[in-house]
Amino acid sequence: MNGIPSSTYFSAPPEWGWLIVLYFFFGGLAGGCYFLASLIDLFGRPEDRPLSHLGYYIPFPCVVLSVLLLVLDLQRPLRFWHMLIESNTYRPIFKFWSPMSIGSWAILIFGIFAFVSFMGALADAKHIPWEAWRKVHPPLLLGRFIAAIGGIFGFYVAGYTGVLLAVTNRPIWSDTPLLGMLFIVSAGSISAALMILLAHKSRLTTPGLLDLHRTDVWLIALEFIVLIALMISLGPVLRAWLSAWGLLLFIGVIILGMLLPLALSWRTQWLGDWNMKTTAALILLGGFLLRVVIVFSAQGV
Amino acid sequence: MAEPMGFYTDTTVCIGCKACEVACKEWNQLPSTNGGINTLSGDSYDNTRQLDGIHWRHVKFIEQFTEDRKDGRWLLMSDVCKHCVQAACLEVCPTGAIVRTEFDTVVIQSDACNGCRDCIAACPFGVIEVNPVSGTAQKCTLCYDRMQGGLEPACSKACPTQSIQFGTISDLKGRAQKRVEQLHQAGEKRAYLYGADDKMLGGLNSFYLLVDKPEVYGLPPDPKMPTRNLTSGTAFSFLGALLVGLIGIFNFRNRGAADREEARQ
Repeated sequence: MNGIPSSTYFSAPPEWGWLIVLYFFFGGLAGGCYFLASLIDLFGRPEDRPLSHLGYYIPFPCVVLSVLLLVLDLQRPLRFWHMLIESNTYRPIFKFWSPMSIGSWAILIFGIFAFVSFMGALADAKHIPWEAWRKVHPPLLLGRFIAAIGGIFGFYVAGYTGVLLAVTNRPIWSDTPLLGMLFIVSAGSISAALMILLAHKSRLTTPGLLDLHRTDVWLIALEFIVLIALMISLGPVLRAWLSAWGLLLFIGVIILGMLLPLALSWRTQWLGDWNMKTTAALILLGGFLLRVVIVFSAQGV
Repeated sequence: MAEPMGFYTDTTVCIGCKACEVACKEWNQLPSTNGGINTLSGDSYDNTRQLDGIHWRHVKFIEQFTEDRKDGRWLLMSDVCKHCVQAACLEVCPTGAIVRTEFDTVVIQSDACNGCRDCIAACPFGVIEVNPVSGTAQKCTLCYDRMQGGLEPACSKACPTQSIQFGTISDLKGRAQKRVEQLHQAGEKRAYLYGADDKMLGGLNSFYLLVDKPEVYGLPPDPKMPTRNLTSGTAFSFLGALLVGLIGIFNFRNRGAADREEARQ
């Protein structure tokens, strides 16, 4: 092929920029935080409930922000509803083979779950006086059901973006089937990191905080493995990362965002009280830079 | 449905006059680049540069010369949307703005497109881009409006050498095959058809006669549908979700059990 590594090199970049990078980041946080909060509620200890509340406070604002970012990214923002309703028939449009079509519906449905759980957590923590909202919050059965289903949708919102990129013909994005998996694992790691940072800021001292930190370390190790597998799966297209983006991936994502946090969790005495917070901050930074590299590098080829 | 219609482009008789580009721009009222203040590209005689939202035809100039330019040849090719039988853009479009017409061509309805740009990333040929005037994704319609009125597309009508031929796909394939045989008999053994059979995306309703590798013309040798990654991408995502879930459950549940054991003691 005249030295061209893949047939994907003949497509045009869609010019998805910072708005999409931010959406991928906040969308990942929304889905991941909801999922972790529901896990804490369903499998954790009752005294960890303040930590799960914290997890439910994050998704709804993030979903609202995500929708705003997505609408603003459209070239015709006022036509955002065309994603859900066919404009010439006014019938719902749903193409199960188009990740952007399913994703639009998933954000809508997840947004409802995020709002309900947001209100439920506020009521459960007695921040709002409306007792009725407590019924939709665990440990009540309805609340557990909502947390479980919402968690699944949260995961979908966190991961479909990777599949969306794979279902194109751009280099890197469509040259590996592992982007969705990477985004899901990364959503878990950045969400746990944000919850740890916010828990420290709120001076929460629940025992689940340590569990969350341990979960985060496992997730970052898994993310590292998935990223390496992704790089191997790219084959000759990996050459596209012999660039400034590849350097950012190596230094910003792999070293600062993965290996350093792993080292800090192994040598907890290095930074003392700051260890957990620094680890979480680095994981958040690495997760953001990962999305920057994935979105921009494939469009610069 | 009417019989499938399309283009057969014989690149060996293209003279690079760009009449097709002009006719396309005129008929479809496409705006000029940068308000008409265009800079020269420095790439041979090609100042159109690429197919995009305001260039639905693009004549490529490929210079194949020796270092001293004593020997060589021009490859000229008028590029356009391929109107694929299995169209990647149509497949991913979330709004239903991209449709297949009764002529088996692929058209973007500008009033339905919201400019999400998923089709741009999906097209393996890099044909689609946003038209800055309409703010929607646009490309060749194979002059759908002219075809509805029984006219042939503006570009093929304007082509002075019949490099761009319009007609029913079955008729065009017959003509193209005869031309390949003629060229082979005349000694041009490199001539072949690109996209004429159904192996490439079910067949391209705009196919080409080429005399060099596809990538020399800026065409992908092996274009694929974007949904090839849908099943595997989804399966790996599920695996990721499962692993994250198990890690979370293991850490929270394990610690909860240890605490309960501690409390019992």
